[in-house]
Amino acid sequence: MALKIVKGSIDRMFDKNLQDLVRGIRNHKEDEAKYISTCIDEIKQELKQDNIAVKANAVCKLTYLQMLGYDVSWAAFNIVEVMSSSKFTYKRIGYLAASQCFHESTDVIMLTTNQIRKDLSSPNQYDTGVALTGLSCFVTPDLARDLANDIMTLMSHTKPYIRKKAVLIMYKVFLKYPESLRPAFPRLKEKLEDPDPGVQSAAVNVICELARRNPKNYLSLAPLFFKLMTSSTNNWVLIKIIKLFGALTPLEPRLGKKLIEPLTNLIHRALDLLYGMVSKKNLMEIVKKLMLHVDKAEGTTYRDELLTKIIDICSQSNYQYITNFEWYISILVELTRLEGTRHGHLIASQMLDVAIRVKAIRIFAVAQMATLLDNAHLLTGNMQRNGICEVLYAAAWICGEFSEHLENPMQTLEAMLRPKVATLPGHIQAVYVQNAAKLFSTVLKSQEGSTEGTAAQETSQLMIDRLPLFVQSANLEVQERASCILQLVKYIQKLQQKEVEVAEEVSALFAGELNPVAPKAQKKVPVPEGLDLDAWINEPPSESESEDEQPKAIFAKEEPKHSRSRHTEVDEKELARRREARKQEQANNPFYIKASPSSQKVYQESPGVEHIPVVQIDLTVPLKVPGLPMSDQYLKLEEERRQKERADKKKKEKKKRKEKRSGRGRRHDSGPESEEDITPAHMVDIVTEEMPETYILPTPDNRLLTMSSTSIFLFFFIEQKSSKHKKKKQKKEKEEKEKKKKKKHHHHHRHHSDGGADESVQNGTVEDEEPLPVSMCLTLNHKVCDIQGNLQDGSQVVVSVIFENKCDSLLKSMEFNVLDSLNSKLQRPEGSGPHDGFTVPFQLPPGVSNEARLVFTVQSIVMPQKMKGTLTFIVKNEDSSIHEKLDFKLHFTCTSYLITTPCYSDAFAKLLESGDLKCSSVRLEEVNMPFHHLLARICFHHHFSVVERIDSCASMYSRSIQGHHVCLLVKTTVSIDAKCDEPTLLGNVLDEIKQTFSQC
Amino acid sequence: MIRAILIFNNHGKPRLSKFYEHYTEDTEQQIIRETFHLVSKRDENVCNFLEGGMLIGGSDYKLIYRHYATLYFVFCVDSSESELGILDLIQVFVETLDKCFENVCELDLIFHVDKVHNILAEMVMGGMVLETNMNEIIMQVDAQNKMENTFLWELFIGIKPEIGSNFK
Repeated sequence: MALKIVKGSIDRMFDKNLQDLVRGIRNHKEDEAKYISTCIDEIKQELKQDNIAVKANAVCKLTYLQMLGYDVSWAAFNIVEVMSSSKFTYKRIGYLAASQCFHESTDVIMLTTNQIRKDLSSPNQYDTGVALTGLSCFVTPDLARDLANDIMTLMSHTKPYIRKKAVLIMYKVFLKYPESLRPAFPRLKEKLEDPDPGVQSAAVNVICELARRNPKNYLSLAPLFFKLMTSSTNNWVLIKIIKLFGALTPLEPRLGKKLIEPLTNLIHRALDLLYGMVSKKNLMEIVKKLMLHVDKAEGTTYRDELLTKIIDICSQSNYQYITNFEWYISILVELTRLEGTRHGHLIASQMLDVAIRVKAIRIFAVAQMATLLDNAHLLTGNMQRNGICEVLYAAAWICGEFSEHLENPMQTLEAMLRPKVATLPGHIQAVYVQNAAKLFSTVLKSQEGSTEGTAAQETSQLMIDRLPLFVQSANLEVQERASCILQLVKYIQKLQQKEVEVAEEVSALFAGELNPVAPKAQKKVPVPEGLDLDAWINEPPSESESEDEQPKAIFAKEEPKHSRSRHTEVDEKELARRREARKQEQANNPFYIKASPSSQKVYQESPGVEHIPVVQIDLTVPLKVPGLPMSDQYLKLEEERRQKERADKKKKEKKKRKEKRSGRGRRHDSGPESEEDITPAHMVDIVTEEMPETYILPTPDNRLLTMSSTSIFLFFFIEQKSSKHKKKKQKKEKEEKEKKKKKKHHHHHRHHSDGGADESVQNGTVEDEEPLPVSMCLTLNHKVCDIQGNLQDGSQVVVSVIFENKCDSLLKSMEFNVLDSLNSKLQRPEGSGPHDGFTVPFQLPPGVSNEARLVFTVQSIVMPQKMKGTLTFIVKNEDSSIHEKLDFKLHFTCTSYLITTPCYSDAFAKLLESGDLKCSSVRLEEVNMPFHHLLARICFHHHFSVVERIDSCASMYSRSIQGHHVCLLVKTTVSIDAKCDEPTLLGNVLDEIKQTFSQC
Repeated sequence: MIRAILIFNNHGKPRLSKFYEHYTEDTEQQIIRETFHLVSKRDENVCNFLEGGMLIGGSDYKLIYRHYATLYFVFCVDSSESELGILDLIQVFVETLDKCFENVCELDLIFHVDKVHNILAEMVMGGMVLETNMNEIIMQVDAQNKMENTFLWELFIGIKPEIGSNFK
């Protein structure tokens, strides 16, 4: 404060300071030039005064005018005067003015030499600093020559602030007075290792500039710079050094090799950054750039690195950022053109993953893979060891498994049976053979249907002609499969000759659709009793035996032929029996994912929603455009698509706004396109690590995907361990008596995307009925109604119960019984009475879990239900066996009757407009979570899918198993407006949603 | 090397110009105008690097700029500089200004161009980058301002206050 007064008084000593000048110019916009010329006159007067403060003020104003384009060179002498002031404040003004307007032909410069020398040796480091800064701008050859020694001395000044300035200015001195370079260089080199990083950086800077002019003189410094490059953390220095090496490597080829490692480290760091940078918007751009680098890359290591990065970036978080899978497949196909890459298997696994999980892409993928197979010779060349041939593994499998999508299956079949295939690695040949059989069945089916039998017989003949090549393979797997299939085809041909239609039967061999399975699903399969996976089946082979492998393989060539021929005549009945047995086994295996009615079918059968599209597939894309790398087209297409989407959205918004005006619209705010607004062109069935085998999590963009088969899971955990359960305390005595069979309340906890306290929000729970000695809690974790075949009447709920035995006794004779209500009944085996229990078809050894499925018939689904039930079982110890009983309640919430059903906004709008729906609303109190978490929670726990999300609100949709539509409008103010054609159901669902959020 | 540093507003009015090579005043004004035309017509979402204009070195030179509110900060550099490095430097420069002026705005630059020059002098010297560490820059600028303030006291009261006493 005081200082301001001081300054103000000083300011008043002068007519006009810089601020007044600036203000004045701003106030004279019309006659600026005139005003400035009067100011210049004033300045001239001020310069004539003796007072140095007045002179400095005038010079300061001149510096400003110089920036506006006025020539101030006439005041050069006055500037020198101000520079010479002993006061830092004035000196600084003087040097600034000099640096702005002095140049080599300014004659007064020669008057400054002594003044500058004096300033350079000033005890005040800032006097020296200001002089160096000024000098760096107006140094002339004369000044450089006269002051070189002084500056060189300053390079060893005690203050780093001076040292770095002195080092830096040396470059200017060298330019103006090259003779100084030789004597100064040793000291400059020394500064590369100065303890102060600023000085070090200045030295690097100077040497880099020098080396740019004449690189070969600085080759000897390469080791020093190399050391700096690996040790320095200053990015500025690193950049300079890399630039320097860029100039040095052409002169010294050995340097290049040495640099590969540190440089690739730097590049990797950059690539890692890229991984975190991608978004839906820029993924295609970024990958395009990387593809260019892949093309240009010289070393295979670097190219492989780029390749893995591209795949990493694209596949991260379950393909979160991919909006167009056709594009991705094209990228993968383009990558197969890389010669000599080690990562063929990586590309292959991506192809498989995408083709299996993104149903909508299969047609496209199959077409691409067929082309790959057709051109397999281009990939493999002569080298069997070429890693890229791994992609053929994927190509063959995709073409075989999804052969119904093939345009020309016959051509692909021929491609797969070419003699050249026999040069591929064994495991790939095996896949070829197996999938040739699948293709064969597809071809047969089409040929039998249309033309006369000869075509089909020719196809069989083709197989019979070509397969022997594989039967002779040295690879056991190939040999075995080939001979098996060969005999099968021979048999088929025999039948064909008798004009028996076999296509149906053959295709049954490969019937059933493949569904994605969660990576951890295998863990859930119990190890059968008495099986020790760690035990050797036979004696471990001795080391020396492995030497004999070679000759064995040679004999193996002929041997199978004889041994197999006995099995050729497997009769039809046997085949059918085996098939039946296999189906039976699959049906009984809870971990086998059964084929479920496709979601498309669901829509067809439910009236009113037929206009809801399942997936949008844009197949207007030509497969190849000559001269253009394929993936590039997608960039353009994607751009167009997004634009169209944006336009559509705008239209919709307009429509909505109209609605609003007419008084019945919903609130929607429009906003700029955000990441979440970019809808993917294809949907992915995303199976993440943490979910049960049949459950599909909501994707990050809040869209819940088609649920194929869903069921209620109850987890029964039976554990021998004292429990913290309150109820148990009352029965402590009994517990002690029965210690062996204590069961623990156990919440089975699973993570899902929104994290947080999630277990409290189960859709249905099974509660303890009473505090029995053997208390137990059943937690229903994820439930969804399974429609398994009974979709039409929508009255069935499947409850999957997982029993886990956590005590160390065998549990057997488990019987599960539920007291039927009027509304809900347990479906019991035929012939059993209405009070008989359901016998659990397995025993549970200690530590084992297994799953049983119970089917309930439900009349009305508008109300939640609780059903009482009992589980009786026998605990068998070595010496005794005890009969035990557990009571529980089975809670069917209304949410459990909802199925996640995707709905598009236009269909959604129609639904709302129809006027058939009743309205209701609810407010959620005290919910503090990000909006998208809130949505994700509703999606996850209550089986809704997000239809549209616009800034502060989101519309959501779900359908009950009996076809009720439930529509929600969720606002960020955490109020939910809802509409449904069944008000009771709606009320209950809303209550459950409320409960979900009150528990968190 | 950095050849020039220009700051101008959305209308092309120069707020600071620092040329590390000599040009006549007229040429300097032309360069500012030309640079303004090159930079101002560019979209906000396009690249921040572009080839230099005809006047300042032509295609060997690059213009690296950033647009903050009403001001354009433009560095004209040759091929020895890294574009991203310079972009980072501009950010350091602006952040330093923000610290020194406490929420810097265009008016600060209009009325205190001398101070802006002093700050810049601690970052770039004779076209070469001197310091990229913001704390170091601010420390040196503050120390020099303190010296100046001490002197102003001396001038006004006629006595030299003790070093370290509180002026503010």
